[in-house]
Amino acid sequence: MNTTVVAQLQRQFQDYIVSLYQQGFLDSQFSELRKLQDEGSPDFVSEVVSLFFDDCSKLINTMSRSLEQPDNVDFKQLDSGVHQLKGSSSSVGARRVKNVCISFKECCDVQNREGCLRCLQQVDYEYKMLKTKLQDLFNLEQQILQAGGTIPQVDIN
Amino acid sequence: MVCEMETDQIEEMDVEVLSSMWPEDVGTEADKQFNVEKPAGDLDTLKEVTIETRTIADMTRLPNLLNSTHQGSSQLTNLVKQWEYMQDNAVRLLKEELKNLDRQREEAEAKELKIIEEYKFESNEPENVPVLDETSDLFRRFRQKKRDALVDSKKIEIYEEFDTVAYWKQKALSLEKMLEASTERERRLMEKLSESLKTMESQSAPVQELTQNLKRAEGFLHFILQNAPIVMGHQDKDLRYLFIYNKYPSLREQDILGKTDVEIFHGGGVKESEDFKREVLEKGKASKREITFTTDLFGSKTFLIYVEPVYNKAGEKIGINYMGMEVTDQVVKREKMAKLREDNAVRKAMESELNKTIHITEETMRAKQMLATMSHEIRSPLSGVVGMAEILSTTKLDKEQRQLLNVMISSGDLVLQLINDILDLSKVESGVMRLEATKFRPREVVKHVLQTAAASLKKSLTLEGNIADDVPIEVVGDVLRIRQILTNLISNAIKFTHEGNVGIKLQVISEPSFVRDNALNADTEEHEQNGLTETSVWICCDVWDTGIGIPENALPCLFKKYMQASADHARKYGGTGLGLAICKQLVELMGGQLTVTSRVSEGSTFTFILPYKVGRSDDYSDDQDEFSDMADQQSEPDDTAEGYFQFKPLLGSIYSNGGPGISNDFLPHKVMLTSPIKLINGFVADPSNNTGQSEMLQLENGGYMDESKLETSSGHCPESAHQYENGNGRCFSKESESCSSSQASSEGGTLEMESELTVSSHREEEKAETEVKETSKPKILLVEDNKINIMVAKSMMKQLGHTMDIANNGVEAITAINSSSYDLVLMDVCMPVLDGLKATRLIRSYEETGNWNAAIEAGVDISTSENEQVCMRPTNRLPIIAMTANTLAESSEECYANGMDSFISKPVTLQKLRECLQQYLH
Repeated sequence: MNTTVVAQLQRQFQDYIVSLYQQGFLDSQFSELRKLQDEGSPDFVSEVVSLFFDDCSKLINTMSRSLEQPDNVDFKQLDSGVHQLKGSSSSVGARRVKNVCISFKECCDVQNREGCLRCLQQVDYEYKMLKTKLQDLFNLEQQILQAGGTIPQVDIN
Repeated sequence: MVCEMETDQIEEMDVEVLSSMWPEDVGTEADKQFNVEKPAGDLDTLKEVTIETRTIADMTRLPNLLNSTHQGSSQLTNLVKQWEYMQDNAVRLLKEELKNLDRQREEAEAKELKIIEEYKFESNEPENVPVLDETSDLFRRFRQKKRDALVDSKKIEIYEEFDTVAYWKQKALSLEKMLEASTERERRLMEKLSESLKTMESQSAPVQELTQNLKRAEGFLHFILQNAPIVMGHQDKDLRYLFIYNKYPSLREQDILGKTDVEIFHGGGVKESEDFKREVLEKGKASKREITFTTDLFGSKTFLIYVEPVYNKAGEKIGINYMGMEVTDQVVKREKMAKLREDNAVRKAMESELNKTIHITEETMRAKQMLATMSHEIRSPLSGVVGMAEILSTTKLDKEQRQLLNVMISSGDLVLQLINDILDLSKVESGVMRLEATKFRPREVVKHVLQTAAASLKKSLTLEGNIADDVPIEVVGDVLRIRQILTNLISNAIKFTHEGNVGIKLQVISEPSFVRDNALNADTEEHEQNGLTETSVWICCDVWDTGIGIPENALPCLFKKYMQASADHARKYGGTGLGLAICKQLVELMGGQLTVTSRVSEGSTFTFILPYKVGRSDDYSDDQDEFSDMADQQSEPDDTAEGYFQFKPLLGSIYSNGGPGISNDFLPHKVMLTSPIKLINGFVADPSNNTGQSEMLQLENGGYMDESKLETSSGHCPESAHQYENGNGRCFSKESESCSSSQASSEGGTLEMESELTVSSHREEEKAETEVKETSKPKILLVEDNKINIMVAKSMMKQLGHTMDIANNGVEAITAINSSSYDLVLMDVCMPVLDGLKATRLIRSYEETGNWNAAIEAGVDISTSENEQVCMRPTNRLPIIAMTANTLAESSEECYANGMDSFISKPVTLQKLRECLQQYLH
């Protein structure tokens, strides 16, 4: 009884995480993170990720403030924010966020405020999207663990 | 038949006929309006038409003209024909009438006869015989047949049968009456006949007829032409008007007739039209032309003019007919259309050109970006390959394996060099290349470059540096790029010089003309901005050699990408063909100019002139001569103003004493193209075994020699690779001294051999430096500002069994390094406060000078407690690994240039970290 539930949850988890990779939300760096999670730090991934999301929301707030004035945008400051975000997203394997950051940075470089605003919206959207997806994923993980199962290793290649 | 008879008459008449075409009154009263009489009964429409006269004709000459020309006679012939036709018609009608009359007469005669016969019949037959209508015809026929035969007998019979007087009287009376009626009829017929003959006679007068016709024709012409904007005329051989028809007559007859165009009009186009007419007259060929007149008389108007020559019957030209139609509006419209069309075409062409340009630009940009990205992507794995190969080369290998490995390494290095060049170029071209202004000493740079070149010199060349006295001790410029240019040019010079000298000469020159010419205003502005403390100085730098030289025809393409003087040279000397292109671009980026003069087999001189800012010249104490530690008999350590250096091939100590930190700074690898076959051949002839060591020593130099040393050292070192490398490291310092002597002897004899066998020695030196720490746990410093990156990296380190300290920016890193000693630094490139590149430079400066003066000057707050660490610090080079994002602005090239040892591209993964630690922690 319990084993079937676990098996079902595990399969669900596997499918879900594979879909996240396939839809481009995540890349192999996320697998790296998962490899780092062990008995010593059982919640490593979720800790890093939540730190990342906090970071995102803070940076996005700062950036949207600096983009508020139409004529007086501090692109240097904006650029450092984008750089931070790009580094973070690349570190956790948030692929879509990272990709938006790349075009964001290009817009920054040419001081295109319109483009920056567009990218900012995209980044905001992407990170929130990823956040809900990963929350679902972590919930699934919790359910598996509560049901007495283990988190399956997922090979993404 | 009639007309034939009358042709002569017509010929005589046509003068009169034609003159009627231009009635007398028309000619003399040119301006008079008149009503044309109805020309013919069927042309009622013309009844009311009023026609102005616009014709002016020379009445005396026109008839002659018409008579004497083909046109005139053909017109006459036409008229004659028409007249003949009408005469024919009239004759035909008369004949018909005559026939009718004949028939009537016949009928009358027949009737008469009948009456007579009736009468005879009556007299022949008894009275009571009834004459039946039905049978009378038959009977008459019968009677007619017999008539002739019966005539005589009949008369007799009459006489015989009728004898009463009354009856005869009666008979005679009635006959008389009948006869009378018959004659009466005959007379009438005769009258009619003569009448019709009379009318015929009256119609047959051709003069009036033709006059009518002509009037009608003229009426037609007037009717059609009355509103046409047409001018017609005839001019004689001298182009004098004999006749003109003009819709808008504004000149009187005497103003026109007998005069030429030029005499009548003045203004634009008149001459042209006259010339045209004359041309037609001469060529004898009718033609058309459009001519625009601008005359006082009728303003600016365009006429389409048709001119045809007129010949007389003898075929001689006697003048021209011309006809002009005003087409001003059409011409204007047409021109407008043409202009519109032209504009349209131009716009379209421009548009397509623009599109093409945009497309090309986009393509080029994309291609360049692609090239840069690909180069970057290729470089990472390639550096792995080369790195591993180099590690492999420090292990125990037999000679053949070593040769192969060396080829592998040098080929890898070549590709790396190429990729670095490409990245450099694309950076310059895309404008990403940033120039930095740092203070530096030109003498030191020159010395340094020469020293480095001498260190890897495989030929017996003398390297000279010559700096004029007026060159400032210290100038401001991008020293890294200037070194890059110098190194590139020097290595080129050495490559193409087999014996003699190679040198660098520096001298101050006045502002070159190309700057003065095109940047007068921009430059003055710049000067003003820079204020009073700094002035510019132009320094001309010659890099000369006594080498093979460059043929004149190869000079133009010398600075082009991927170009070499010739394919032969490319094969013989190798290289990527990018070096000079980069030099040129860099020099131009810095606002200078790179030129070359050369003479085949005498040598080449590459000259670049660059502007430098001259700073305050009082504080060069903070930056000690970085070469002081390897200064030798030739230069005093503190002699910053020395202007001459020489590196002779036999001075062995120079080559081996070169500090590893310096050579690594800007010349990662000295690369030569090697061919494996040659290589192996070279060694087949070699006694390649342990016993042949001494010979090997004499043959190979620097980098290569460690093999033999290694083999000796392997005798007392354990076989494991790890310790093996340690052994290598320890041995190296001893070896470097001993090699100088062997090198000296090897330089002369085995030039060719050595040029083929080139090994990058710096890396090994560097590794040799990295001695294993006695402490079991290596200390690692992570310099990174991104929390998440820190978290991830830390966790990875933990997995790899290491801990590390964290610094959040360059300043913190320097503070940390100052207070504690580390075995490895992982340095983010882009950080706030102080970025990784600058931090690394400051750390390197500290390593070389033993003090943090440079850092303090840069504004870093260092606790200046001169603790023993500074003294204790070995000259070891602290491995600093850059962590780069994959962008053009933070390329690994720049990392190397700033003194970093390697780089990891972000995001950091376990695998990358593990490799890095394996390479740098032992």
